[in-house]
Amino acid sequence: MTTMTIAKAINEGLRAVLANNPKSLLMGEDIGPLGGVYRVTDGLIGEFGADRVVDTPLAESGIIGTAIGLALRGYSPVCEIQFDGFVFPGFNQITTQLAKMHARSHGNLTVPVVIRIPYGGGIGSVEHHSESPEALFAHTAGLRIITPSNAHDAYWMIQQAVECQDPVIVFEPKRRYWLKGDVDIQAPGLADDPFKAHVIREGQDATVVAYGPLVPVALAAANAAEEDGRSVEVIDLRSISPIDFETVTESVKKTGRLIVAHEAPTFGGIGGEIAARISERAFLSLEAPVIRVGGFHMPYPVAKVEEDYLPDIDRILEALDRALAY
Amino acid sequence: MGATHLPSTEFDGTEVDDQLEAEAEAAMGEPDAQMVQLLGPDGTLGSDPVFSEYANKLDAGKLRGFYADMAAIRRFDQEATALQRQGQLALWVPLTGQEAAQIGSGRASQPQDYIFPTYREHGVALTRNVDLSELLRQFRGVSNGGWNPKDTNFHLYTLVLAAQTLHAVGYAMGIQRDQKLAAASDPAGTEPPAAVVAYFGDGASSEGDVHESMVFASSYNAPVVFFCQNNHWAISVPSAVQTRIPLSNRAKGYGFPGIRVDGNDVIAVHAVTEWALEHARSGKGPVLIEAFTYRLGAHTTADDPTKYRLSAEEDAWRAKDPLARLEVYLRAAGLADDAFFEQVKADGDELASYVRRTTHDLETPDIRAAFANAYVESHPLVAEELAWFEQYSAGFEDAAEGAAH
Repeated sequence: MTTMTIAKAINEGLRAVLANNPKSLLMGEDIGPLGGVYRVTDGLIGEFGADRVVDTPLAESGIIGTAIGLALRGYSPVCEIQFDGFVFPGFNQITTQLAKMHARSHGNLTVPVVIRIPYGGGIGSVEHHSESPEALFAHTAGLRIITPSNAHDAYWMIQQAVECQDPVIVFEPKRRYWLKGDVDIQAPGLADDPFKAHVIREGQDATVVAYGPLVPVALAAANAAEEDGRSVEVIDLRSISPIDFETVTESVKKTGRLIVAHEAPTFGGIGGEIAARISERAFLSLEAPVIRVGGFHMPYPVAKVEEDYLPDIDRILEALDRALAY
Repeated sequence: MGATHLPSTEFDGTEVDDQLEAEAEAAMGEPDAQMVQLLGPDGTLGSDPVFSEYANKLDAGKLRGFYADMAAIRRFDQEATALQRQGQLALWVPLTGQEAAQIGSGRASQPQDYIFPTYREHGVALTRNVDLSELLRQFRGVSNGGWNPKDTNFHLYTLVLAAQTLHAVGYAMGIQRDQKLAAASDPAGTEPPAAVVAYFGDGASSEGDVHESMVFASSYNAPVVFFCQNNHWAISVPSAVQTRIPLSNRAKGYGFPGIRVDGNDVIAVHAVTEWALEHARSGKGPVLIEAFTYRLGAHTTADDPTKYRLSAEEDAWRAKDPLARLEVYLRAAGLADDAFFEQVKADGDELASYVRRTTHDLETPDIRAAFANAYVESHPLVAEELAWFEQYSAGFEDAAEGAAH
């Protein structure tokens, strides 16, 4: 076991990718000598050279589009999008090209492109730097979407994303980049399947599903609830597409109550999808409606008020109160 | 070009449009003055200080082959249009008028090159040995592709304009890396150098992806040839709305060569493309070719060009027909006789008959294949939805059986 931050874990994961897979390469803005604006690719250009750690022109469609071409030629590109709000110039390439290439070629072509996107708020930044657009991508068939919440997962999930032959978007919880955790670089252990949800805290009275940056918040809320005598189970979803409904369903059948928390606005979001599926799968086990805790239906607000926008411990506890009141 | 190119006011109705267009035309200058042309519309062979050398390498067999290819793809185009009119295809995208641009460029490529077409490159497909009946799958609604690009290095058609130009540059960046790896492991170098051709049109030239692809290609000196068929009309919008300068001039801004070639002159198109591909394969970087041509037919079978352009303009371009001028040349030079042209016609009819027969035989796919190909690796949601679909479908079968008893 080694202790490192999430950013360092991704850095080490990418180092392992480049060392083990000669057809892999990293592409993005400022990922070379600077090591990326979050230093996630720090030192890699020195070790692997500019053909494998490619500083690209400042053009997101260009990054994704050329990555598709490289993948068609047999390469495994890992693209870095600098910030969540800047992925949209590449949205066309991701949704109309990358996601559909395998299907429209009758399975003859594969495009194993990985796209890393730092996402989420809580860093006091300017607009377009704090968003959670995962639902926009989850709605597109052909893509897989995963998001680590801790260093061990971060180290393994980036490697698993590159190994996967489908296109994978890795949403990285940017406000947790500096969160430290133990990483077993010898073996993934429980993290052997990136598309599986993890029950990270067992409980009897309610289930809280969270992912990425809100996992520590959900855990803290569960701990606070325990002081009030409530036993809360917490699930780290880990994969947003596909969603591991089996793990969530099993938990809800035990607890009877479900809260889903994410930073993204609730309307048309992942929480709504989980609520709908769970109501189909565990209707008779539910003691209360599934409650979503998330962002409001507004453009991401200015930094000085983002605390009021972002789900926190109290917002989750309030939702728990409502669920338990039924 | 001049007056024949300008739509009259009865089509666009606003003076402002006419004025803008006239200014754009003026800015573009006389295209002939800066356009590579070897075989003129009257069928006489001219010369060019750079490209005649390439034309001189063409023997009689090659030139006859160009004609046969152009005639075949025009006949194919007519047949596909007829199949659409008869309800056998949902849509067709005619290429008539652009045969020289496509056959000339396609025949300049080598098997190891990789081609990214847009959706009108039926002629290029022919040169890459794609079974032409496979091109019709998409338009019959039985596939979104139709062929395996790995068999011919001819990629699937891309309908989102210009998206493929970036794929082409990425693919070319892959070739660069492959060549470095090959050079390291095999200094003797047995693999022939390769390049990529990205096709797009004057309409697509306005898309941001074309700009980004040219920036990337230039920055990394990627072995890619951008082949723009300026057919003068993006559905109903004239090329003057897409650009105020000859499109080939844009290459200058990216720092690589740009050449306007007479897109109805198969000899010049072949020469220029061969030069450009050699340039790219030898590590000298990208080239932009603007093939100055004309879409004689409609944008698609759903389009009506009489609403936006004059028949006089079409007539002016018909006079520059790519097949007619090559026929004049071949006959005058004694390179082909009546028997040859009769054979070409007979071969065309045979191709048309083959296409008609195979179109009728194209099988409707099973939606289960769509489930299977949504992802490469197993996916629980797809599996769940497929299981539901099977159960749902089985319900109908049971009901049908019940009704039979």
